[in-house]
Amino acid sequence: MPRLALAFGLGLLAVLAAIPLLVKLTGVVFLLTLFTRIVILAIAAVSLNFILGYGGMISLGHAVYLGIGGYTMGILAHHGITSGFVQWPVALALSALFALATGALSLRTRGVYFLMITLSFAQMVYFLTVGLDKYGGDDGLTIYKRSTFAGLLDLSDKVTFYYVCFALLIACVFAVWRMSRSHFGMVIRGAKSNDRRMQALGISTYRYRLTAYVIAGTMCGLAGVLLANHTDFINPEMLSWTRSGDLIIMVLLGGIGTVIGPVAGTVAYLVLEEGLSGVTEHWQIFLGPLLVLAALYRHGGIAGLLSWNRRD
Amino acid sequence: MILFLEQFLNGLQFALLLFLLAAGLTLIFGIMDLVNLAHGSLYMVGAYLAAYFARMLDSFVLGVLLALPAALLLGVVLEILVMRRLYSRDHLDHVLATFGLILFFNEAVRLVWGPAGLTLPLPSFLSVFLQVLPGVSYPVYRLTIIAVGLLVAGLLYYLVQHTRIGMLIRAGASNREMVGALGVNIKRLYTIVFGVGACLAALAGVMAAPILTVQIGMGENILILAFVVIVIGGIGSVRGAFVAAIIVGVTDTVGRAYLPDILRLMLSPTAASTAAPALSAMFIYLLMSSFLVFRPEGLFPAPGGRR
Repeated sequence: MPRLALAFGLGLLAVLAAIPLLVKLTGVVFLLTLFTRIVILAIAAVSLNFILGYGGMISLGHAVYLGIGGYTMGILAHHGITSGFVQWPVALALSALFALATGALSLRTRGVYFLMITLSFAQMVYFLTVGLDKYGGDDGLTIYKRSTFAGLLDLSDKVTFYYVCFALLIACVFAVWRMSRSHFGMVIRGAKSNDRRMQALGISTYRYRLTAYVIAGTMCGLAGVLLANHTDFINPEMLSWTRSGDLIIMVLLGGIGTVIGPVAGTVAYLVLEEGLSGVTEHWQIFLGPLLVLAALYRHGGIAGLLSWNRRD
Repeated sequence: MILFLEQFLNGLQFALLLFLLAAGLTLIFGIMDLVNLAHGSLYMVGAYLAAYFARMLDSFVLGVLLALPAALLLGVVLEILVMRRLYSRDHLDHVLATFGLILFFNEAVRLVWGPAGLTLPLPSFLSVFLQVLPGVSYPVYRLTIIAVGLLVAGLLYYLVQHTRIGMLIRAGASNREMVGALGVNIKRLYTIVFGVGACLAALAGVMAAPILTVQIGMGENILILAFVVIVIGGIGSVRGAFVAAIIVGVTDTVGRAYLPDILRLMLSPTAASTAAPALSAMFIYLLMSSFLVFRPEGLFPAPGGRR
């Protein structure tokens, strides 16, 4: 990784780490809320990038894991089970299980059919949540108590919660970085550029791709748990297909197949959203054409601008 | 039985709306290999244009007649400005660009017509009931939708199967490079196909406008259903889109009508009425997933078409 890229990545993480301090100095509390959201969605973007950027699996249903994580946390809390030691493992296990079952079927398809089938499975869960009358249906469910950790951590403290999310983001970025450089990651990347050749080398790429899909789903499930804790509310909107589209855009803006790219993309997308909406109520009229231009002229997103996009 | 007939007609009417949306989408997808998420926006803009023109000119018919060429023009402009630069890109770029267009159109509509949404009131000659069977009366407007849908389906079939341009469209779906190499102006062909697709989407929006409310984002959910239809029918096949639209439209409507009664045997009434539409929607996506796993080429694969 060239020096400029490393400096940019570390700089970005340093800025994110300093946000609570900045809030304390300036007194703009709203920044902390915004950046908590950014950090959580960055985890989701990093997880999507793992399969999309390295594995070439274009999923238009990745937000379903935000929903599975969020709804697991919310439903358990609704029934009085607030311990994070129960909620979090259950949410992650369910995300992994769903990814395993749907991934096993989805990965039999290729290209645009993969996009369609991931969308289809996500829509199924979306309508399941709409139909759950007991948990609010379309209107959603308010969560009255955040996850508790036997007094070790107080997630209702904003700064603590921010650092928990931030630490988890660092862990995910590190995990993806290590995996992408391992034998496992090499197989995934090889299957992206030429699956036939990988199979001719005697490697059963299907298993590797499925494993990657399950890892990504689980990671995004974690983001879902955090998101439900952050907003104290869950509704079907969390896993609508447009949310999956948002995630793809964050990854693309940052630069696919780079480690820190998705984090930069998430920051850019949400800060742009916030900044433009400060200028005009009709900010999407600018954001839309910006995305079109990014699609027409992008060369590896923000990461590409710094020319450390090493896609081969 | 009478109730069933009524529900079946409702289903048919919804199916034909879906078909109009899916026909353009499947041609654009099959021929240009373009994933156009903004197709639902054209549906929305069509509905808005019709409601706007109808109010300005105080005439439903004129409003509808003006909205369609306007949508055609919009489609052509969109193709020349954005879409034609996307054909050679990968699907990821399609998603990014057309998602950006959704945001743009939603906001543009909000800017021009405000956030509240519009209504397109029916003229008196269409808001009457017709006795379809002894004892069964059915709104004339919904019958009109069915008639227009069938007419357009017939016209499209003729256009694709029996005209020179249709032959080029089919040839383009099978092998683009070869058609271009034979000296066909493929750029112009694409512009025409996209324009026609936009016009069909707008027609669906226009016809849905008096039944549903004309509002921002109205195209987003129906777009996904249109994707279900083209996957089940086979990407690039208009005939497949027709059959699949009937299957999806009727299943969805009849499911919503009858499931609550069945579910009420097991659940409380409120839970049943929330769960029923959700279940029938889930069933449709189950159908889509099964097709993608076991028969990804769909019911009517376009010959020599996409892999």
